[in-house]
Amino acid sequence: MAERHRADLLISCLHGRYPELIPTLQEEIERRGLTGEVGVVEAGCRGLCAMGPVMLIKPGGLFYTNVQPADVPELVEETLIKGRAVERLAYKEPVTHQSVCYYEDIPFYSKQVRHVMHDCGMIDPQSIEEYIAVGGYQALSKALTTMTPKEIIEEVKKSGLRGRGGAGFSTGWKWEATRQSAGDVRYAIANGDEGDPGAFMNRSLMEGDPHAIIEGMVIGAYAIGNVRNAYIYVRDEYPLAVSNLNIALEQAREYGLLGEDILGTGFDLDIKVVRGAGAFVCGESSALMQSVEGKVGEPRPKHYHATERGLWGQPTALNNVETWANIPLIINKGAEWFASFGTENSKGTKTFCLAGQIQNTGLIEVPMGITLREVIYDIGGGIPGGRELKAVQTGGPSGGCIPASLLDLPVDYDSLVEAGSMMGSGGMIVMDDRTCMVDIARYFLEFLKEESCGKCSPCREGIRAMLEILTRITEGQGKMADLETLETLAKTVQTASLCGLGKSAPNPVISTLRHFRDEYVAHIEDKKCPAGVCKALIEYYIIEDKCLGCGLCRRKCPQGAISGEKKEVHVIDPALCIKCGICRDVCKFDAVGVR
Amino acid sequence: MNLDRVNQIINGYGADRAVSLAVLQDIQREYNYLPREALELAAGRLDMPLGEIYRMATFFTAFSLQPKGEYVCKVCLGTACHVRGGARILEAVERELDIKAGQTTSDGKFSLEAVRCVGACALGPIVMVNEEPHAYMTPDKASKLIVQLAAGKVERVEAPPAPRSARAPIDLSSVPPAG
Repeated sequence: MAERHRADLLISCLHGRYPELIPTLQEEIERRGLTGEVGVVEAGCRGLCAMGPVMLIKPGGLFYTNVQPADVPELVEETLIKGRAVERLAYKEPVTHQSVCYYEDIPFYSKQVRHVMHDCGMIDPQSIEEYIAVGGYQALSKALTTMTPKEIIEEVKKSGLRGRGGAGFSTGWKWEATRQSAGDVRYAIANGDEGDPGAFMNRSLMEGDPHAIIEGMVIGAYAIGNVRNAYIYVRDEYPLAVSNLNIALEQAREYGLLGEDILGTGFDLDIKVVRGAGAFVCGESSALMQSVEGKVGEPRPKHYHATERGLWGQPTALNNVETWANIPLIINKGAEWFASFGTENSKGTKTFCLAGQIQNTGLIEVPMGITLREVIYDIGGGIPGGRELKAVQTGGPSGGCIPASLLDLPVDYDSLVEAGSMMGSGGMIVMDDRTCMVDIARYFLEFLKEESCGKCSPCREGIRAMLEILTRITEGQGKMADLETLETLAKTVQTASLCGLGKSAPNPVISTLRHFRDEYVAHIEDKKCPAGVCKALIEYYIIEDKCLGCGLCRRKCPQGAISGEKKEVHVIDPALCIKCGICRDVCKFDAVGVR
Repeated sequence: MNLDRVNQIINGYGADRAVSLAVLQDIQREYNYLPREALELAAGRLDMPLGEIYRMATFFTAFSLQPKGEYVCKVCLGTACHVRGGARILEAVERELDIKAGQTTSDGKFSLEAVRCVGACALGPIVMVNEEPHAYMTPDKASKLIVQLAAGKVERVEAPPAPRSARAPIDLSSVPPAG
């Protein structure tokens, strides 16, 4: 978009699919003689993942969903040549099925407040010119030329910004502590090692607006003082984030916004990308720093805080990438503006990933304090198939499950902790009545068992012991006394573990025991899984009045466990059935039940 | 074994132990696993004990000491995929390939991995084959995918399934005859 185009097509959410979409568009544009008039850009995340690939047409704001290569000729003819919307490609309201052609009118967006993600998907993330054109690096210039480091820290403190990685520590205080620690060399690090399953906020930000993170880091490094090297630690599973960040860093160096004598102020800073290698524990600050030093990512005992002795033993400010990306906004628009969003103790906006059993899976940004109900029903469009909401899981494996009865809970740091969960980096997994909460607790502990580094025994052994009990319960072998043992173990692991991973590992167990104890009891006393998930406690059967005898399930069953004559009711042999559920998936008449 | 690439990789970063993680990642990418000879060479050039390199190679899940198959199938077991039935997808692929997660078929064609969240939750349950995502999996579709990969041709089925209750009633004539 560096040239002046009549229109630009911004495409998001390809996820490596449809590699032919952009070339097809470019060819069609050339064929219709529109070269130079219409630009095609692969932009960052627009958040509406469930409808991808999506296309935003600027100017005007026409918004197309689920764009396939086959749609290209019609799209070019109708929209680019005749100037009409292709209604077929418009967003459809999940409930009313009405078409919404313009981006701004889609309820998914109209209820959001997009500050950090504002430019994501609106600009070409590989072009520094576009970032500058939407006001990028103005905050850097303002901070470096008109503010003292102390003024910057004061402003960040006044804004009330708290760490977006989960713990919610005040960013301004963290910077001040780092600045006050004696050291000729200090470091700044951005944590982009998003390891929570079901979370992709950081990925979208790093891929879609890398300059915002870099700008925030340069400002922070200047404010903290004596920082000449900074690092962005990125999950290796995010190759596009790594490459977009590296491109952005190179461009910033070329423009004199990074490197020596930034903007002629005499301030020097370089930033490097460090790739992680698939270890969840490396999201923990001390393990992350070990990994940046080229060592195995095991946490260190925290006799000193990282602000005193962090990377290579020097004072270090470690913030989540989203925290860094908030900094330019605070500098540009002021602490008061920032603090005008959110609640008393949780200021600003927060990005969340809405996933699981939800209509509009996607990345959203909302003011702190919004209720879960608004998030799930107004923005998320509710539960698919009109099913019933059971719980929302926040905070990843360190968080907990919030029951549907707490739907009016405001989403902020403190309310979530009170409800037995935590903010975490922003994963929000919606679960309906087909999710078994005992199985969810088991699932997270299985994850944590694999990811525990094994250095300290409370975490290593405690998680394993809790997992054993949970597995037993899901297999119908549990005893009521197990629940007490679980609670005791949870307390021990919480108190005695070395790092945040272990300290928070019992949360999935504690929160499900607190809010869904009856489900544990059903597994133990009645030997039933109410959600129909735990294999040892369920049985697949054919619902006689619904079965028309089409024979599809019989042909698909990998075990040959289903028998029946054509056009007659079929039968599942429980002795042969391995409960894979394929019959239930393929049945066109909903004639396979679980009990 | 030709180790020129290992030397090139190390030269690209500079021989310093701080870059050991990046070096191992590039070796993994180049050879599809970490060959012993490459680790020995890297240990020498980065001035690290071989045991320390081995410790890193076995700590991080991105690394493998065994060659991976031609198709690396990663079944996502992230939370969003889990609540949509990811575990059943993994079982179906395990059945079809007759190996367990973490193993490679004896012909070296397929490696199967259970991974935690590939960050594409809207497409779940999802199976990644090498770098390519296959969305909205069911156990049946996953088995078919493996059969197609083994035969060397893959058809893409991308449309999200309609929720069960929202499905239009289908009359029996559209169902293929039994048998």
